[in-house]
Amino acid sequence: MVATILSNPIKDQFPALDQMVSGHPLAYLDSAATTQRPVAVLEAMEAFYRHDNSNVHRGIHSLSVRATDHYDDARRQIARFVNASVPEEIVFTKGCTEAVNLVAQAWGRQNLTQGDVIAVSEMDHHSNIVPWQVIAEATGASIEPISVTQKGELDISSLRAVLATGKVKLVAFKHVCNAIGTVNPVSEVAELVSTHGATTLVDGAQALAHIDVDVQALGVDFYAMAGHKVYGPMGIGALFARKELLEAMAPYQVGGGMIQKVTLTSTTYAPVPEKFEPGTPNVPGAIGFAAALDWLSDSGKQRLWNLESELAHQARERLQSINGLRVIGSARETAPIVSFVMEDAHPHDIGTVMDSEGVAIRAGHHCCQPLMDRMGVGSTARASFAAYSTQEDVDALIRGAERVVEIFGGKC
Amino acid sequence: MLNLTDLYQEIILDHGKAPRNKRTMETATHWAEGYNPLCGDQIKVYLQVEGETVKDVSFSGNGCAISQASASMMTEALVGKTIDEANSTFQSFHAMLVPSDKPDQAKLQGYDELQALEGVKNYPNRIKCATLAWHAFKSALEGK
Repeated sequence: MVATILSNPIKDQFPALDQMVSGHPLAYLDSAATTQRPVAVLEAMEAFYRHDNSNVHRGIHSLSVRATDHYDDARRQIARFVNASVPEEIVFTKGCTEAVNLVAQAWGRQNLTQGDVIAVSEMDHHSNIVPWQVIAEATGASIEPISVTQKGELDISSLRAVLATGKVKLVAFKHVCNAIGTVNPVSEVAELVSTHGATTLVDGAQALAHIDVDVQALGVDFYAMAGHKVYGPMGIGALFARKELLEAMAPYQVGGGMIQKVTLTSTTYAPVPEKFEPGTPNVPGAIGFAAALDWLSDSGKQRLWNLESELAHQARERLQSINGLRVIGSARETAPIVSFVMEDAHPHDIGTVMDSEGVAIRAGHHCCQPLMDRMGVGSTARASFAAYSTQEDVDALIRGAERVVEIFGGKC
Repeated sequence: MLNLTDLYQEIILDHGKAPRNKRTMETATHWAEGYNPLCGDQIKVYLQVEGETVKDVSFSGNGCAISQASASMMTEALVGKTIDEANSTFQSFHAMLVPSDKPDQAKLQGYDELQALEGVKNYPNRIKCATLAWHAFKSALEGK
């Protein structure tokens, strides 16, 4: 018997959650695709546009000084949240994808050559696979997979075997799996990788919202983040990079805002992190991202994390008891993400039926086709929880799954 | 409000569960693959064309109830048609689902089963499921 969890203390801070869908109260269980944003984030961004809107850097006037201060503060807040040693180790990007591309292009071009190996996990998101394919082709390096076990965990022995070739220059993998929720042992992997003299890039898209991230304790070289996966706005993300790596890298994109001195024939670049932030930055995005992290800390993140994982655990148990339904992945440690398939209903049909019950889930391959192949499914239905999830959301999910059985039948 | 039973009509569930003409075809003169990047579903459509006539149509591959039912109903609707008739059925079917096209219901008359799929047009993110096999059919015919 699963215990009922009392009401969620912070849900009313999320205006978008207060609506009806298909005649039912919305049960938003698609937070791994994007979280909703609390009022604190919406207000911080609006305050920028209403009061401080100006371009950053080089402005002499008061508004520009305020905008620059807010932008720099945002960088400091993010650095503090992930425990970077200095704020200059945080480069703003438009998201995780751009952060990975930045490393692939800026670091990859300088450090990879014919015969080198980039090890990429089978579990990874297309955004942490495709940039490596492109740079491998450009540099003559090759890609070796790190296998995933049937439980949906990284196969460390396979990583050891790849590292033992002595050819690995970079290991790219994700902290938390967006498709099936696995939490990977980042510090253990990073240590192993560094003893082989290779560099680590971790896609942290799904981690920040659900577990503690301390880049120094994890021992990673690069760590990619996305604001919208952690209650912040879309279109902003950040790359953590160890300062000496960042300083040695040539810029990825060039233009204004990242230079010290330009003549028509030559340029001296600005110091890091500006060297990697050409053009007018997404200032309200950075402010919103930082406000989201502050909101999470101020709301008592550990308490919220306990609540969401309790709900996800309950959802997993109750879903598994439905005839013909199979939960995909059984890792020891998981984030609040539950992926499942049903014998007689395709994930797309599950998604449509759920929507008719007001339940928002995601159906598809979750940009993880190699992982889907590994787990022997084409796609899954995925319910993902967040700090604002409630007991009613779980109940609605189960009702939705039962409705799927009604329409498509249970087990054949 | 949308009614789920308009989408999942009995005939669609029936074709979805027990698709007709779901088999590979060794004697195919034309074939093509359809791929839905949203869900990763893949369908292969096989045709046997003799002269101007589509003598046989079949498909393989897995997908959702809508794409399986649509593929199954398509094979039944197109077998025995001339290439011109098959093309015009494609156009009518497409027009029924894609709002930018002008619906030409008259041409779909005589295809009651296909009209059961009309409910899909109210679910914009499922239209690709219903048209997947049809686009593969078109590509096969055009040799693309």
